[in-house]
Amino acid sequence: MTQSADAAPETGSPLPQFPMRRTCPFSEPGEYAGMRADNPVSRAALKVNGKPTWLVTRHEHVRQVLGDGRVSSNLKMPGYPHQFHIPEEMLAQVRLMMLNMDPPEHSAQRRMLIPEFTARRVKEMRPRIQEIVDERIDAMLAAGGPVDLVTALALPVPSLVICELLGVPYEDHPQFEEWSAAMMNHDLSPAEYGAAVQALDMYLDKLVTLKETEPGDDLISRFLEKNRTEQVADHVDVVTMARLMLVGGHETTANMIALGVLALLRHPEQMAELQADPALLPNAIEELLRVFSISDSGTARVAAEDIEVGDVTIRAGEGILALNNAANHDESVFPDAGTLDIHRKEARSHLAFGYGIHQCIGANLARVELEAVYGTLLRRVPGLRLAAEPDELRFKDDAMVYGVYELPVTW
Amino acid sequence: MTADPIGVPLMRVTTERDRCVGSGQCAMLSPEVFDQDDEGLVTVLQEEPADELREGVLQAADLCPSRSIRVHG
Repeated sequence: MTQSADAAPETGSPLPQFPMRRTCPFSEPGEYAGMRADNPVSRAALKVNGKPTWLVTRHEHVRQVLGDGRVSSNLKMPGYPHQFHIPEEMLAQVRLMMLNMDPPEHSAQRRMLIPEFTARRVKEMRPRIQEIVDERIDAMLAAGGPVDLVTALALPVPSLVICELLGVPYEDHPQFEEWSAAMMNHDLSPAEYGAAVQALDMYLDKLVTLKETEPGDDLISRFLEKNRTEQVADHVDVVTMARLMLVGGHETTANMIALGVLALLRHPEQMAELQADPALLPNAIEELLRVFSISDSGTARVAAEDIEVGDVTIRAGEGILALNNAANHDESVFPDAGTLDIHRKEARSHLAFGYGIHQCIGANLARVELEAVYGTLLRRVPGLRLAAEPDELRFKDDAMVYGVYELPVTW
Repeated sequence: MTADPIGVPLMRVTTERDRCVGSGQCAMLSPEVFDQDDEGLVTVLQEEPADELREGVLQAADLCPSRSIRVHG
């Protein structure tokens, strides 16, 4: 069967709307299982503008699409499946972030940053990350419960880590955390979204300008130094890169910390196993990343040429969402996918960090942060428990990155 | 393909540095066989690793996001 997103639907029924809601925080949206089984590459209408897009739901196909060089990440291409309302004139002005670039521009910028995130470099950051986690847990224990784990631990740890890496003064965190949270919200008007981006860019513009003359021992300064010979980025590109690193570096990890702790509190037998044997933690982290797949639709693409995916031909110019939450619940790869199992042997095959040339550059850093936070909490706060009814918790159903707004805990 | 002294064919590992995006998964999953150079790109420490390293090498190849690792034999 060959079909195209622009072709008239065979039936009169309207296209399903995207995004779809998770039925519970620990599961994928209810529609995904049926799509994976019966219609693994299917059409939907984007809620934000009613435009059609392809949804790709099987693990195999998501990897295929994200690894295909004929598929573009450029959000300025017609047909790109936008999940925010961005007016045409605003889109024309947008400076592409690395995650929206295609090769060769993408490769040039990514290669400037790869040395910052190697397995070795991330390992070197581990002692300082542990110190940051210990300081936050000291403060939490001194204050006494109940506390909101999001503000006490989940947000400050990755925020401090990325600030130190980038050379951004942490004392400015209330501002940039507010702007970056706004940039994750589907429901913001274009003007509000634009204002948040602009405010953060003005802040980072000053910082980058300062580092051009007074470099420090940090990622932005090293990027500027290397760029003097490599010449891959102008000043605005550097500001845009810094924004991507700052927002990508704390928003995602913060959400994963809070959701992971909640999942362990809701699975006390698995939490007890981790307390008894911390060596189980790395695999447990892969499993938590899989189960939550917090950036489900972050992998938006547009076909630059016609491509075959399963039985379907996706035509050049058609939008594609390669849904990693759907892929990560594919029973052919993850049997009993709806169940959290810290011993799951194939956990690491998840696509929560994406796949292909745009796979999260900070994935190994995120893993180290998660290991430090979960491991230290389990060891130092063994009596940790939820200080709210589970049904009182508010989840980020309307955000680009899934999470929980507050997580009241005590011990 | 070469063989060990008793004639069992060895696994051989090749990589495409030009494709590598420096995710570092291989260096974490199979540190005996893979490393990242000064630029963070893949480098092979042992082109013909012993059979007991096979599982880690195959996992590294499967999970490599840029499909830069080939395992022969």
